[in-house]
This record gives sequence, C-alpha cells and structure tokens, in this order.
Amino acid sequence: MALKDITLGQFFPGNSPIHRLDPRAKLLAMVIYIIALFLARQFVTYAILLFVLACMIKVSTVRLKALLRGMKPVVFLLVFTAVLNAFYTPGTPLVSFWIFTITYQGLLHAFFMTVRILMLISCTFLLTYTTSPLSLTDGLESLLSPLKKIRVPVHELSMIMSIALRFIPTLIEETDKIMSAQRARGADFDSGHLIQKSKALIPLLVPLFISAFRRADELATAMECRCYHGGEGRTRMNQLHYQPKDGLFITGALTLCVCIGILSWFGL
Amino acid sequence: MNPIIETRQLTHIYSQGTPFEHVALDGVNFSAQPGEYVAIIGRTGSGKSTLIQHLNGLLKPSSGQVLFDGEDIWSTKAYTRAVRFQVGLVFQYPEYQLFEETVYQDISFGPRNMGLDQEEIDRRVRQSARFVGLGDEVLDKSPFDLSGGQKRRVAIAGVIAMEPSVLILDEPTAGLDPAGSAQILENIRTYHQEKGACILLVSHSMEEVAREAERLVVIHRGSIPFSGQPPQVFAHAAELEAMGLGIPAMTQVFARLRDIGISVPPAVYTIQQARDAVLDALKRKGQAEWR
Repeated sequence: MALKDITLGQFFPGNSPIHRLDPRAKLLAMVIYIIALFLARQFVTYAILLFVLACMIKVSTVRLKALLRGMKPVVFLLVFTAVLNAFYTPGTPLVSFWIFTITYQGLLHAFFMTVRILMLISCTFLLTYTTSPLSLTDGLESLLSPLKKIRVPVHELSMIMSIALRFIPTLIEETDKIMSAQRARGADFDSGHLIQKSKALIPLLVPLFISAFRRADELATAMECRCYHGGEGRTRMNQLHYQPKDGLFITGALTLCVCIGILSWFGL
Repeated sequence: MNPIIETRQLTHIYSQGTPFEHVALDGVNFSAQPGEYVAIIGRTGSGKSTLIQHLNGLLKPSSGQVLFDGEDIWSTKAYTRAVRFQVGLVFQYPEYQLFEETVYQDISFGPRNMGLDQEEIDRRVRQSARFVGLGDEVLDKSPFDLSGGQKRRVAIAGVIAMEPSVLILDEPTAGLDPAGSAQILENIRTYHQEKGACILLVSHSMEEVAREAERLVVIHRGSIPFSGQPPQVFAHAAELEAMGLGIPAMTQVFARLRDIGISVPPAVYTIQQARDAVLDALKRKGQAEWR
C-alpha cells in the first residue's frame, strides 16, 4: 500500500550537531536563510547560499536521497515556474518560433527561480528531518509566546498542531486496516468512474470518522484524567535553554544574510 | 484429498529495498483440507496476520504462490476477486468496520458486492444473523446502538453471509468476556458443522485452540516450526515455551504429575480430559491397592 510511504514532515532521528541545536535557533535560522535566499540575485550570491546549504546537509547526516524524494510532489510546480519564466521575461531573444520567444534573461531567470525553490524546500526539509515534531511545536510555541499578550491562544494552537502530527501515522494505519477489511468483503476501491469511486469510499470513510472521533474522545478523557487544563501555569519536563552554540548559529545566519544583502547591492 | 487452500514457498518482505525492510514470511508451506478446523498460533509479530492476508489475496507474495482449489489466486483478476468471496476473512476487532445505517444493510454488504439477487441476499442475511445468534429484532437497529459483543457478531455475520468455503478469523475473541468468547466460538463451530466449511482460527490462547481445532499450526518468526494434532504439538512444550507461547495449564499440570512418577497420559489439554485421566488413574490405583 502506497499510503505507508508518505514522508510528510518526517523526522529522521540522529545525533548530528544540527539535531542537537535548539529548535528555536533552527527555526529562526531557517527564516533568516529564506530572507537571504530572496535577497540573492546573481551567480556569486546563489553559489554562496548553495555552498552553505550543502555544508548543513553534510553535517546533518540526512541522506540526499531522502531529501530528493521529498521533492517529488513539487516537480510539477518547478517545471511550471521555469517554463513561464523562460517565455515571459523580456530581453534579448535567443530562440523564436510562432508566438513564443525565449530570451537569454528568461532562461537565466527560470534557472534562478528553480534553484531558489529547490533550496527553499531543501532548507525547510532539513528543519523537519532533524527536529522531532514535538520539539518543533515546543520551539514554535516559545517563539510565538509574545503573541499571548494580544490574546492569541499560542499554547492551544501548538497543542493542536502536535496532536495532529502525532495522529497522522495512526490514521494512515487505520485507513489501511479498514480498507483491507472492506476489500475482504468484496469492496472495490480502484475501478469504476468517478461517482462509483466516491460511492465506494463510504464504507471506508464512515468507520474512519467514527474511529477518529472515538480516539479524540479517549484522548480528551486521558488528558483530563491527567489534569490538563490548558497552558496556564503548565511547566515542562524538557525546558528549552539557549546555549552558546545556538547563539553562534543564529549569528552565523544573520551574518550570512547581511553579506548576501551587501553583495546583491553591488550587483553580484 | 486435495487441499482447498495452500501456500508454496510463500515469502513476504515489507518495505522491500528501504532501510525499514522486514521479512515477515520466509518460504512458508501451509495447506488446509476442505472442512478442516485449523488453528494458527503465534506471538504478536510472528507473521500470522501476514499469512492470512495472503490467503484471500489482500497481500501479494514477494515470492512463492498461494493456491485456492489448486489454482494460483493471482492467475487472473477475476479469479482473485472470486477467491475473496470464497475465502472469508474476519479481521481483528471487526466491529470497527461497520458503517451502514442498519444491521441488515451491513450484513448484506458482502452479498451485494457478489451481485446476488434480492431474494438470495435476504436469505443469506437472515441465515447468517441466525448463525451468530442475532434475533430478527436486531436487524433493523443501527449497528452503533449495539453492545461490543453484539457488534462483533454483526461483523462476523457480514463475512459469513458470503458463505465462504474457507472462513478465517483473526483473534475473534480478543477483548470479550468469557461468556462472549464462548458464544462466538460456539457460532463458529456451528458454521463449521452445518456448512462443512474449512475454518482457520488465529489465536494466541493455547487453551482456546486446543479445545476448538483439529490441527494446530505454529508460526514463529515467519516460518512454521511444527504443526499437527494438539497432542503432537504440545509434545514440544519446551520449544513452545522458548517461543513465548506456552502450553495449556492442564498439560503443564500433567507433565508435572508424570515427572513425580504418577502414570498419567502425556496429551491432556482440556479440563474434560484431565477429569477422565484423573478418574482413570484413581481407578487403576484403587485396583492395585485392592489387589
């Protein structure tokens, strides 16, 4: 079943320097890196950013294959952007046929756009591959906590997020199981036209929803039994502490961003 | 007699070619005769669930064959589908697959997929409901209003309604109280006797399988170390213990009795047999003393 092969925000446990960084440092550094990515204009700046990214991937011990597998869903988007950029950028024409003209600037623009999107996705994947969902949501909650002042329910939002992430594999497994059970009773999920196919989903969706609600109910009871009452006054077992290396990491990212900005200013 | 269902060198590997690769079945040769009552026992993760999902074509073998009535179930698409109706599979906790508005409609889901006519569907629904001891008044209720034990019986009826010639049940008594388990096992026995169907019961309770089945098949780490009639299998007490399976409490008691020199038969695994064996031993002892 292909359902099991989904790598949605998957975490690869490890013990690399990147894995050990504070999730907040990683989140901030990622945002800064993305800003730098949008400041870059020409070969030199892109090359520097690519080099930094490559070093990070190397240090994180995430396998390149795993990273590339995550790119599959965006291949269409990439090709689409590249083609549009190649055709619709004015400049010196290179090739011209019928109503289409490919310009030198267009090709260059398409190339940079593709590289930018690829690097953008790689760096976000690097974050989710090296940070467990739990520490990721913890980091997010801590970073967003100033918003509590303006009554944004930060704790509740991060709790919802971590529960949702936690239940993705469980629900996939459940779907698999119910599908097998209904297939054993002769249900056919694969053939027929659209209406037949969507009708065939009823025997799958009804039990799935029921079990999702049942699980939610049980989880709520279990949380209440352990005296959960929202974020107010709640302490943590694993508290996040900034360490010198985290400060260094963010400073490094900031320096990179400023350098890229200056280089771009000079048109490199 | 030719086996009704058979696997030849069946191997199944999950997530082949990834770091998560796992060999669940390794060259398994398994067969069952028409009308036989076989129990498949093994620990969690031994491969028993993988094996039974091959028997009705829910999983495709990585290598090897699954034969139904002497023909490979993957030979044609139509045959695979036909086999799904001939080999009924009741999953663990089957009550979670109920979805229809009424019990009647849910039981009729399988027969409707078979394309039977209305009259035949009605006959099968009522008959299978009777098999599992559900009264007519339950048929119009919503399955979600029933008790846990009743829900499970509805789910089993849903598979029985296809009138499979091989009925496979994965831990049908899991999570039920003793009375509920006894009733489900009784229902299965009735189906076995009245329809002459082959039953494959998956379980890890030695007491349960020793009482119900004619033949036991032990699965351990993706292969079958031994199979045979309960006494033959329970003779391997030490190996079973090492596999984390154990033997029925009665068999253990009688092994200890033999160890301390009392002459009792080795193959005792139900309370009935234990009573007879004890009475027999007492009688012989009485005769010896009298003499």
